[in-house]
Amino acid sequence: MSNDILIKARDLSVHYPLSGGGLFGPKPVVKAVDGINLDIAKGSFFGLVGESGSGKTTLGRACMKAAPITRGTVEYSDGEVTYELTTIDKAQLKDYRKRSQLIFQDPYAALSPRMTVRDIIAEPLEVMKLTSSRAETDERVREIASKCRLNLEHLRRFPHAFSGGQRQRISIARALVSRPHFVVADESVAALDVSIQADVLNLLKEIQQEMGLTFLFISHDLSVVAHVCDHVAVMYLGRLVETAPTRELFFAPRHPYTKALLSAIPSLDPDDRGTAQKLEGEIPSPTNPPPGCKFQTRCPFAVDHCRKVEPKLEHSSTGHEVACHRWKELM
Amino acid sequence: MTRLLDVENLTLKFDTDEGRITAVDDVSFTLEAGEVMGLVGESGSGKSVTAKSIMKLNPGNASYGDDTKITLHLEDGPVDIMSLHGSKELKVVRGGAISLIFQEPMASFAPAITIGDQMVEQLLIHMDMNAKRAKEVSIEMLDRVGISDPSMRFGQYAFELSGGMRQRAMIAMALSTKPKLLIADEPTTALDVTIQAQVIDLMKDLVKDFGMGIIFITHDLGVIAQTADKVAVMYLGRLIEQGPVRDVLRNPSHPYTKGLIAALPRLDDLDSPLTPIPGDIPSPLERPTGCVFHTRCSVNLGDICTAKIPNFAKVTEGHNVACHLFNGEGAK
Repeated sequence: MSNDILIKARDLSVHYPLSGGGLFGPKPVVKAVDGINLDIAKGSFFGLVGESGSGKTTLGRACMKAAPITRGTVEYSDGEVTYELTTIDKAQLKDYRKRSQLIFQDPYAALSPRMTVRDIIAEPLEVMKLTSSRAETDERVREIASKCRLNLEHLRRFPHAFSGGQRQRISIARALVSRPHFVVADESVAALDVSIQADVLNLLKEIQQEMGLTFLFISHDLSVVAHVCDHVAVMYLGRLVETAPTRELFFAPRHPYTKALLSAIPSLDPDDRGTAQKLEGEIPSPTNPPPGCKFQTRCPFAVDHCRKVEPKLEHSSTGHEVACHRWKELM
Repeated sequence: MTRLLDVENLTLKFDTDEGRITAVDDVSFTLEAGEVMGLVGESGSGKSVTAKSIMKLNPGNASYGDDTKITLHLEDGPVDIMSLHGSKELKVVRGGAISLIFQEPMASFAPAITIGDQMVEQLLIHMDMNAKRAKEVSIEMLDRVGISDPSMRFGQYAFELSGGMRQRAMIAMALSTKPKLLIADEPTTALDVTIQAQVIDLMKDLVKDFGMGIIFITHDLGVIAQTADKVAVMYLGRLIEQGPVRDVLRNPSHPYTKGLIAALPRLDDLDSPLTPIPGDIPSPLERPTGCVFHTRCSVNLGDICTAKIPNFAKVTEGHNVACHLFNGEGAK
């Protein structure tokens, strides 16, 4: 299974040019994603975590060719087709759109208030001409709706009649109706209450196993990621700093940033106060990243070497990679 | 401890086109000076409305229940908030003795006025100060909340600050009038975890230094565990459980509180499945009869739950729960 890779990114970079800049010399750019190597195994629930501004959304979009790729390659290979996203042609891209789907964060903004739930879910099928008759469309809509625990009566209504959790189930049904292989879920439970969040997470996990989907699950909430994902990558300022199987990452984190993130999660135990390893300051602006290790400005363990040379991802144990000069000393 | 706030039988209804909605239903609690009370619940449970009604910050279609009584105890005697009318009288509680921090600091600062001018403005309104002194106090406060180079930040606009810094500036602004009561409505929800940890630490320090009472509204039980002394859990406008933070989190007694805790993804236990509370919070137009939670409750005692609103019963000292399981007829 380990060489069954669905998404293989090599040196993937997304740089956005900024307006202005000097007459001479290079124009300033924001390196939203910079030189990332990433393998997402087929059938995995892959978690991507990091603070706002770390580039996780951009990375997710680049994997769907929804962000301009400046450098590097992304290869998609699901056993039926293999696409190289940087050189993909129009017809292939059309096919790729069917195979990859995105679920958004805000279920209130993602659904058109003027369409019935049936039409919302059927729209991808109609736009991509995946069905030949209305009856077939209806059949597909009903099938996916029941998987997402929506009943027939729900399909006739408009989105305003639904609660946040139900709306998110509608968004999921819409994303899955084209039977994609690869789904990017960008903060898909962040706007939901805990009890509804649990329900939607269970649903995603269930559907993933049933349909054999591969998920890229983007979230800032580590406890959510710990529960649903089987592999996790941590991003900081456009770089991957650590990637590991979930349990490994949560029980044996190696990068100081990962450790700090984990200890910043407020514990449910009131007596467990103040044990956290606090991080000073905030994530620097990606227009002006620090030299050397991107994390050195906030890292309590930074030494001179860290300020000059950027660490590369190193293998630490099976499937576990970390980008830190000092991870061995800090173990 | 000295009593700071008494809220008794707070009921608040809104007249809407679709009918009359009960947003808060017979809520009573007290707060001591220097105490942090966490107010928890799902969206739509009425926690923000409850907090805002303490400052009478409700739109025109709101009406209070007849026996609603809110008393704020200040140094020069108690203030009966329900008897205050008009913005002039309410100045005492709005921004004076009570300050409010919102979730989204970007939306709380005027975008075209500098942070400093906004801080000075409220000091001139509420405190006996001249403009020069107000500026000094503002810069001191910005420094106190950990903003580096406060005199430079004083002249900047909200968009020039990062999210965490904006929330710090918001806290500085809320505290510069030395309020007795601070209402913080989801103050850390929009922040990243590392920044959230910083803001929580800051707020804890400030409680110690200023000795004010805080009502901390959040849906995050982890944040409550780390900040609050006591917790009140709300569901559909009613208070269903309250008590010291340790008692409520370690020994949750109401099925709803239990459900909330079971639905939380926990890092110390990755194996047990997440258990959602079945169903959705009902529409406020279709309030269930009897116990408001009975439509989603896993424990069903039969008719009593649908017919009778449960009274508060004592679990342990100071820890009370409104559930028929603990009440006379339903009790085991």
